[in-house]
Amino acid sequence: MTQEILGTRRLSKHFKGFTAVNEVDLSVRKGHIHALVGPNGAGKTTLFNLLTGFMTPSSGEIHFNGQSMSTLRPSQIAQSGIVRSFQISAVFGSLSVLDNVRFALQREMGVSFFFWRSDRVLNRLNDRAMELLESVGLTSVADHLADSLPYGRKRALELATTLAMNPTLMLLDEPTQGMGYEDVDRVTRLIKQVAAGRTVLMVEHNMKVVSAIADTISVLQRGRVIATGTYEEVSTNPQVMEAYLGPTSRYGEGDAA
Amino acid sequence: MMSRRYANLRRLSYGVLLLAMLAAPWAGLYPVLGIKILCYALFACAFHLLLGYTGLASLGHAAFLGVGGYMAGYGIKAWSLSPELALLTGLGIGALMGLVMGYLSIRRSGIYFTMITLALAQLVYFLCVQMPQTGGEDGLQGISRGILFGIIDLQNDMNMYYATLAIGLIAFLFIARVVRSPFGQSMIAIKDNQARAISLGYHPDRYKLLVFTLSASLTGLAGALKAIGLGFVTLSDVHWMTSGHALLMTLVGGLGTLSGPVVGAVVLVALENKIGQLGVMLSQLTGINWFATLGESVIMVMGIVFVVCVLTFRRGIMGELDAFVRRVLTPTSTRSSKHDDE
Ligand SMILES: Nc1ncnc2c1ncn2[C@@H]1O[C@H](COP(=O)(O)OP(=O)(O)O)[C@@H](O)[C@H]1O
Ligand SMILES: [Mg+2]
Repeated sequence: MTQEILGTRRLSKHFKGFTAVNEVDLSVRKGHIHALVGPNGAGKTTLFNLLTGFMTPSSGEIHFNGQSMSTLRPSQIAQSGIVRSFQISAVFGSLSVLDNVRFALQREMGVSFFFWRSDRVLNRLNDRAMELLESVGLTSVADHLADSLPYGRKRALELATTLAMNPTLMLLDEPTQGMGYEDVDRVTRLIKQVAAGRTVLMVEHNMKVVSAIADTISVLQRGRVIATGTYEEVSTNPQVMEAYLGPTSRYGEGDAA
Repeated sequence: MMSRRYANLRRLSYGVLLLAMLAAPWAGLYPVLGIKILCYALFACAFHLLLGYTGLASLGHAAFLGVGGYMAGYGIKAWSLSPELALLTGLGIGALMGLVMGYLSIRRSGIYFTMITLALAQLVYFLCVQMPQTGGEDGLQGISRGILFGIIDLQNDMNMYYATLAIGLIAFLFIARVVRSPFGQSMIAIKDNQARAISLGYHPDRYKLLVFTLSASLTGLAGALKAIGLGFVTLSDVHWMTSGHALLMTLVGGLGTLSGPVVGAVVLVALENKIGQLGVMLSQLTGINWFATLGESVIMVMGIVFVVCVLTFRRGIMGELDAFVRRVLTPTSTRSSKHDDE
């Protein structure tokens, strides 16, 4: 058994009497692709926000590589190796595609506060940035404005930017959402490819994608993890089947989008 | 290729603008009015550095301008500071105040930020009214210009004009450099998507504090320059309406363009100074006596300018001009070249 890289213990988040994340115990193993599935409103994005420090937990604990994360600010968590993407595409629209990736690379270089230097110093990052763009198939549009890209390519750029951080743990929130059939295939392969040597925790609705690349799947429903296991285990779990298809659960139809 | 022609055209227009400023006193511009215009142009550029990068509209900048001016003027009067040291004093006090005010306000956004800066500026205003060093209601008068670097006699209006132009130019080039620095890139990214920048390990507040401090320093410099050039500082310099002026200049000239604040300052300061004459001219032309009183209602005229600007050319003078040029240079094909910073 591989070791745990990220773990939560009884992690909860309440919003004014409403519990979005309810005593979640999650264990993500090093090197795995771990998928988080569940109907809309189940609390997946909120869980991501807790794991990355964008929201403070109401209670419970988060451990990354055996260390508590609770006192760190979101930017510090990112620096420690947990890098997230967002459910809605998050690129820097008024920068070029290349500059988007260079922005992720330049902080490490330590020049981000240099207001007196020309941005030509960033040219040193070009090779590395182009490599990253190559991996997502965006070299041909490197000098285009990020805003001008179609949606699928924006998501690919986002992935390249996330990779530029060389994260140990990538949190991807619905990376294939809103993509056409071909883009989904491409991004799925890409995730599989970049997951080598890293750990990925991803929210994904597309069961084809999940079954193809996930090592472990956790099912979240109304803030609770109701099952964790391989695709075969989870998909035959009676509780999950009831949540998704159950004849007795009328809300299942409305919730599962 | 459109972007090359566009770049050439821009270089050309900057050249023309510079030549015009160099030649202006010889073409009949009263040098002291020229000095005033240049000081406000620098003020507006500094204000825009913050607004353009962060989208934060500060109503605290009058405090940097006024106190920069007071400190420079007081230094000259009380300690016989040389003009260059007085300018540095203005710059330094601007930086210091910027650091403090920025620290207290930068975490807020939108109207909350604006209100905190306003409140702090009012505090400074109150202090300036109370402190004997500022001359209270009378202001600080009779500040002598002195001799720059021990060789250039600034008592001569022409010398003062060109010294102001040179300093303004250096500040302008400095801002242009900031825009094209790694820091400038970071600021653009943070403005585009702050949450994403955080998720890439950035602390946006630190960047915003730095840009706020830079903006305040240049504003302090503008205040010192104005105090030396015009020879006086009054309470109206620290009044929050002066911050509103900078905002107006920026919007009229064009938000998001480097040259916009300069053009806005030229237009508004000239208008403010010539409005009386303009009114008299209009009343003679139309026979409507009311126009002759325009000179007494500068604020109203500014208000009208503002309304017209917001309603008809939202991008400001330079923004509209820029959009027009781009349209002419690219007839139909879609534009997808690299980001052109103004
Ligand atoms: N900032 C917030 N304030 C109040 N309620 C929130 C907030 N964020 C999310 N929620 C609620 O928490 C629940 C879970 O949302 P979310 O985590 O976005 O679900 P998912 O990503 O699984 O679709 C939803 O009912 C949502 O309305
Ligand atoms: Mg979600």
